[in-house]
Formats: sequence, C-alpha cells, structure tokens
Amino acid sequence: MTNVTVLNETGSNSEGTKEVLLNLGPQHPSTHGVLRLVLELDGEIVERTSPHIGYLHRGTEKLAEDFTYTQIIPLTDRLDYVCPPSTNLAYVLAVEKLLDIQAPERGQYIRVMMAELSRISGHLLIVGALPMDLGAMTTLLYCMREREMVMDIMEMISGARMHTSFCRIGGVREDLPEGAVERILEFCDILSDRLSDYEQLVAKNRIFLKRTRDIGVVAAEDAIDIGLSGPNLRASGVNWDIRRDSPYEIYDRLDFNVVVRENGDCYDRWICRVDEIRESIQMVRQCLAQMTEGPFLIDIPTIAFPVDKDLLGCSMETHIHHFELSAYGFKVPKGEVYVPIEAPKGEIGFYIISDGSEKPFRMKIRAPSFVNLQALETGTKNMKYLADVIAMLGSLDPVIAEVDK
Amino acid sequence: MVEAADFCDQIIKHFGSRVHYGGAGIDMHCLKVNPDYVVDLCHYLKNDPTLKFNFLSDLCGVDHHPDNRRFEVVYHLYSIPLRYRLRVKCRLDDPQKGQQPHIPTVTGVWRTANWHERETFDMYGIIFDGHPNLKRIYMWDEFEGYPMCKDFPTKGYNDAYNPYGEEPGSIN
Repeated sequence: MTNVTVLNETGSNSEGTKEVLLNLGPQHPSTHGVLRLVLELDGEIVERTSPHIGYLHRGTEKLAEDFTYTQIIPLTDRLDYVCPPSTNLAYVLAVEKLLDIQAPERGQYIRVMMAELSRISGHLLIVGALPMDLGAMTTLLYCMREREMVMDIMEMISGARMHTSFCRIGGVREDLPEGAVERILEFCDILSDRLSDYEQLVAKNRIFLKRTRDIGVVAAEDAIDIGLSGPNLRASGVNWDIRRDSPYEIYDRLDFNVVVRENGDCYDRWICRVDEIRESIQMVRQCLAQMTEGPFLIDIPTIAFPVDKDLLGCSMETHIHHFELSAYGFKVPKGEVYVPIEAPKGEIGFYIISDGSEKPFRMKIRAPSFVNLQALETGTKNMKYLADVIAMLGSLDPVIAEVDK
Repeated sequence: MVEAADFCDQIIKHFGSRVHYGGAGIDMHCLKVNPDYVVDLCHYLKNDPTLKFNFLSDLCGVDHHPDNRRFEVVYHLYSIPLRYRLRVKCRLDDPQKGQQPHIPTVTGVWRTANWHERETFDMYGIIFDGHPNLKRIYMWDEFEGYPMCKDFPTKGYNDAYNPYGEEPGSIN
C-alpha cells in the first residue's frame, strides 16, 4: 500500500509501542474514490477512524439555485454516477409533486424499469468490488461483464452509458427503442443464470468468510441511530424499504420481497445486495410485462418539450412554448416538498423549496452514502484491524461523488 | 396507532405554546419550534411510544436572506415502525453583528445528526452548541465564508486561483 503514509507519531503507551496516525487515501484503490481516512493505529489495531471528505465537492446544491428546474436533471446524474436513473427519478418526483402533476403510466414504468436496471448495475459493482478489496480479483471482472450489458442497454435507450439524464419532469425523454424489450429480457435471463455462479465463487470462500463474517457489525438500533438506510440497514435486520412502505410510481403494482438479513456484518451487507439483484431482475421483468402502449411524457407544453418534433416546424404555438421552456424554464408554485425514494445506496431525498420562480430557492440533497459513511466513525463493532476497515468500507458501498455532492 | 392527523395535536398539547403547527404541506405535517426547545421536542418525538420518530432522515439549513431572522434549520423525521414523516422547522434569531447564529445540537438524540450539523455549519455558519466535533466537512479548514448563504456568489470570490470570481461586496 504505497499511498498510505505515516503522518506523525503520537506518544507511546505502557507497552512501549507507539501509536501512529495513518493516512489512507485520498488516492487509494480501496476507498472507491477520493475519500481520505485518518486512522489512529496501535500496531495493526485501529483505535479510531475519521473519514475526511470534500475532495469532490462541486456545490451541486448551490449550483441548483442558479439553474432552472430542467437544467438540474443532469446535475443529479453526477451524484451517484454508478446508478444515475435512480437519482434522476428522486429529483423529478420532487418537482412533479410541487407541480402537482403525474407522469403517464408508461413513463412511470420506463422510469422504474431504468431505476431497477441501474440498481442491478450498482449492486453488481459492489458484489464484485468488495471481494476485490479483499484480494479476490475474479468476481469483479465477471461482474463488470454483466454491468457492461446494462450499460449497453442504457446506451440503447438513452444514448448515454453512464449519465443517462433520461427522466424528464412529467415522464421520460423518449419511448423505448425497437428491440430494447427483447434485449432487456435476454439480459435478465443471462444474469439470473450467472448470478448464482458469482455468488458461489465468493460466498463460500473461506478467506472471504473469515474477512467478512462478524466483521464490522452494526446492530439494528445503532444502524437506525447513525442513519443507515437501504441494504446497509436491512442487513442489520430492520425491515424497511421505501418501495414497499410508501410506494411511489408504480411500485405498488410490483410483486417483490424485501431482502432482510440479521447479523449486520460485512458479509450480510454483501449477500443482501446479491439477493436484491435477484429481486430487481424480477421487477424489471414485471415492468416489461405490465407496460402498455401509451404516452410516456406529460402533454403540458409549458412543462415538457413536445413529443412530436415535427410540430415545431408547423405550429407557431409549439414553437413559442419550446422557446420559452428552453430560454426561461417554467414557474413552479410556491411551496416545499421532501421526496425520499429507495435508491440503491439507501434513502435519497430531495428537499426543494420553491419561491414561485423558475429556479429552486433551496435544494437540499439527502445523500445516502454521506450518511452511511458515518458508520466508519461510530456505531460499528468488531472493526478491530486495519484490514477490517477496508472490508467495512467496501461493504458500505459509498459513492464518493454522492458523499461530496 | 395514532392517526397521522392526530399526532400533531398530541405534540402541541404536550408542549403548549412552545410548539406551533406549521401546516399540512404537500408531503407531510410541519411543526415550528423555538430553538430553545428543539432538543426537548426531539427527545419527545423520538421516545414517545405513540410517535417513535427514531430516524432522522435529513437536517439542513435554509437562508432566507434578506428577510429578518434569515436562518432556519429544518429537520425531516421518519418513524420506521409507524411509517410517519414529520418536518420540524426552527427559525433562528438574527445574531448581533459579527456573531454567528446558534442552535442546540440534536446529536444527543440521533447520532446521525453529527455530520448533517457539520455540513450545515460548513455551508451556513450556524453554530450547533454542544456538538462534539463542529468542524468544516466539505470545505477546507482555512476557507473563509459560508458558501450556501444567499449573499455568497456562486462563482466564488476573485483571488489568485479564481480569476472568474466576483469582487467582494458585489452581492448584497
């Protein structure tokens, strides 16, 4: 570990050994981004972990105050860049609630399907990356192969592989292209076959078990207290999933299980994700089966661009609305709203205060990774050795872009 | 189990004139409280067996510049067992010139408030009295100013590293 450097030596204890401050990151492969951990070490035993964040702070919330509501959508992509459609969806839902509109049914299905696909791709990353942090390279390469297939599907649907920006206020940008449904179904079949193989590669591996079982245990009460959410919370035995408990979009029509584990250790957090991928595959299939033909974007010319682009050439009114929408955006009624949804990392919430203008007065992002990362600092039991910190960090699955906003 | 509409009445009854009802909102009920009683209120919300607001979803600051009493702290609570959400708002008194606004910390109620409060301090300069580790979290320690305040320019201030920044005093 070449980029771990000794900062200074702080005193000595009764046994004559010296405690050292270790600087892990901000450029270390196992920190999953630019995260810096300062560790107080007594030999190999970690006395204290303090995460230092902010290396990727872009001021998304401040920028949002200067952008129109539509312009903010691409900013939300850059939060959780592993699964952008989920973040898009959270933001768009918040604005829709302020406007008191609802996307057409097909639009909702497409958005939910994209969100679940992105959950698959996000979870595939950690299912492969945690073993890699612990020294097992193979799984990551396999998982990346399947993640690549999700990327290809995203590219087919939206034209972009990572930052899809596909959600619009009032629906989605375009309809599914021809052949997309078949491709997604094919992917679902392939992944369900292969997922068990990947699980077997790692789940019964003795080294992996030794490194993750009973390591980094977060008890249910602690987990709630430090604000964990999503799979990290469910691994600790708390049965809470926003998709089931306060359904948004069309989640109430989908049949799925909420994966809950009991121990709250690194292994449970990992296996929770494997099982969630299985559930998500089922949800994607259900979405495709239930989807009916129809409009995918709301037909309010002051809020959404026209679906039929030919109208721009022949209808003056469409042209005016298009110009106003591009140049000034649209006014959102005065009010405030907090909309949380179940993102792959946990509860992502957008708190938007509107003062009646085209730009939000205040937009606060409740980023799940930001809150989850606090588990490194407090509330975690059995995170004794330096190697355990790496396992803990990997199993929390933070995306630093989202932590730093 | 209490009905969603009833629990606000119950809280207001318990606290009398110290807590006000802030309206139903589009998404959830809202309570307004004076900063002096925010910790009491939070303890009550978390521990009362009919409420059980055990999850602090979010805590953030809002700047109402140039209005009077410009700073506000907003708490979003969730009760995992009962599935209620609640918003608690706390408008802070304007500090004297050169001073920073103060509010008691709720880290003693929910540990998750730790980083949220650090972020609010970092972005708005609101001091959370009693916070165990109130340091900047996103910006570097030497940074001057509070970037999310409405009188801080989005482009930042002009200096050696930021030729496109605004001149100091250009926004008020």
